[in-house]
Amino acid sequence: MSKIQKQTIHGRDGSGTAWLYSDIVKEHFFNPKNLLINGQEENYQADGMGRVGSPACGDEMVIWIKVDKKTEKIKECKWQTFGCGSAIASTSMLSVMVTEKGGMTLEKALKIKPQDIMKRLGGLPVRKIHCSVLGDKALRAAINDYFRSTGQHSRIITEGAKIVDEKLKITDHDIEEAVLEGAKTLVDVQKRLKVGVATPEAIPEIEQLIRFYSEKYYGT
Amino acid sequence: MPNKKRIYYFDHAATTYVDLQVKKVMEPFWCTKFANPSALYASALEVNGVLNDARRSVAQILQALPDNIIFTGGGTESDNLAVLGIARKHKLHGRHIITTKIEHHAVLHSVEQLKNEGFEVTYLEPDSQGFISPKRVFAAIRTNTILVSIMYANNEIGTVEPIADVGKEILKYRKINNTIYPYFHTDACQAAGVLELSVEKLHVDLMTLNGSKIYGPKGVGVLYKRRGAEIQPLIFGGGQEMNLRSGTENIPGIVGLAKALELAQENRLDENMRLVDLRNYFWEQVYKKIEKVRLNGPDLGNESVRLPNNLNFSILDIEGEALLLYLDAKGICCSTGSACTSTSLEPSHVLLACGLPYEYAHGSLRFTLGHCNTKADIDYVMKYLPGIVKRLREISPINLQFDPKKNTHAKIHQR
Repeated sequence: MSKIQKQTIHGRDGSGTAWLYSDIVKEHFFNPKNLLINGQEENYQADGMGRVGSPACGDEMVIWIKVDKKTEKIKECKWQTFGCGSAIASTSMLSVMVTEKGGMTLEKALKIKPQDIMKRLGGLPVRKIHCSVLGDKALRAAINDYFRSTGQHSRIITEGAKIVDEKLKITDHDIEEAVLEGAKTLVDVQKRLKVGVATPEAIPEIEQLIRFYSEKYYGT
Repeated sequence: MPNKKRIYYFDHAATTYVDLQVKKVMEPFWCTKFANPSALYASALEVNGVLNDARRSVAQILQALPDNIIFTGGGTESDNLAVLGIARKHKLHGRHIITTKIEHHAVLHSVEQLKNEGFEVTYLEPDSQGFISPKRVFAAIRTNTILVSIMYANNEIGTVEPIADVGKEILKYRKINNTIYPYFHTDACQAAGVLELSVEKLHVDLMTLNGSKIYGPKGVGVLYKRRGAEIQPLIFGGGQEMNLRSGTENIPGIVGLAKALELAQENRLDENMRLVDLRNYFWEQVYKKIEKVRLNGPDLGNESVRLPNNLNFSILDIEGEALLLYLDAKGICCSTGSACTSTSLEPSHVLLACGLPYEYAHGSLRFTLGHCNTKADIDYVMKYLPGIVKRLREISPINLQFDPKKNTHAKIHQR
């Protein structure tokens, strides 16, 4: 499993067109970087830890960071991921992005978006983005955890948006985006976000948000 | 089987390669005997004769009459024609349909469409191994039920449904209530190479078959339709196939399908025994060499309960698509019920209907064996699979508690 795999990996998206993973995705999938092997986390002295997702949703990610307290740069970023090829590759890529060139400042790291990770991966199949790129959310949770453990409570950032699905850390902004992309019903939104799969109690609120944004943008 | 770089093919429930004997009988009908069987010159009449021979051959295997056999464009079309065709033709009698939660999407999405057209649908729940109870079919029939559609064998977990018993229950209902309803359709695509297909013994009114699961060509299927069971066509045109499926007949495909079905039925008992042994050996190896694995579907037995070639199991703490990609890198082809390979981002509807928790379904793998597989192929898989599982478990943050006997799991892990 040491070489970049040459075979293309096929699948099909919702519209029936084929997709395949880029060579960069495959490299990170077959040779993950900065992995913290399951079982070794107990001996790893992290400054912050963040976890998102759940196995029921099909994706779960945990990120550990070590921070240089003076420069506020991320010295180490370790991770574990349960999920598909793109979930594993995107977390691996994120860990490289925040630690390369002497490490990224916390301020910058907090601003990483799924799109930034995707760009570095050379793109992902469209329907894979929402569900598998959760790494940025796990990283923000880890940075908040660092702020908490160092007593910098004022710096803890509750996501600008309101979280509607606790397990997946999906926010009302995510729902808004899904509606803008054409989702009209709960089923449509779930096709994109899997929201509410692990947290059925969130469904009424999600449905309300769908109605709200549908009215806002489409007047229906 | 064609092989440049050796691939290890374990996805025969998805599709099969064409048997060389089948390919050979199809050969003349591409460039030489290409005439339209509806035409009147000698070469067309010859092709028409070949078409009738194929129809007779399929009919004989089904213990049916030649005019019961409608050739279609595949299994999906046959399922659509049966479900939509019966429903639309008989909607004045009633608008209720019974099917199961584990049908193929060709049936499930057809009944979804019918819901939009004002039909009501009852979805029967399987037990934990995928079996549908004939008694519960009977209990679900209403005075306005016009169709029951239940698959003969499940494509994901290999469960062989008690179709003959369901058929008897439906006959009983009709007799008691002095009615011709409901009609009974079964999708036999997965069963065609494995089980007996006598429509008399199965008591079915409609049955779907296709070529591409039995070492025949793709793009050709059969709908058996009992004489007297009227359906509305889906495709209109020149009136071919007794006005029920217009379009110039796919002669090479039809000839190939007839040959493939003949070969499959001829050899099925020996091949079933060989596959049962291979499949059971495979599972023994998996169970011995990998921790925290769970068999999905019926207990491993003969073809009366589970398709001989089907092995479906969940590997805990890891995700199916990731497994598939690592296996693919070794030339191993199989499939998974994980959400990541579906278009809906929901894991397999079949595994969920059997009560499997989401996290088990995400980690499921399906191997379906076939003609080309040998014990050496399985040993090849087992050379790599345990290492791949170990690697992915190192990457995964999950550590589920596991009781292999239990279908369900600690509440916190459930939906």
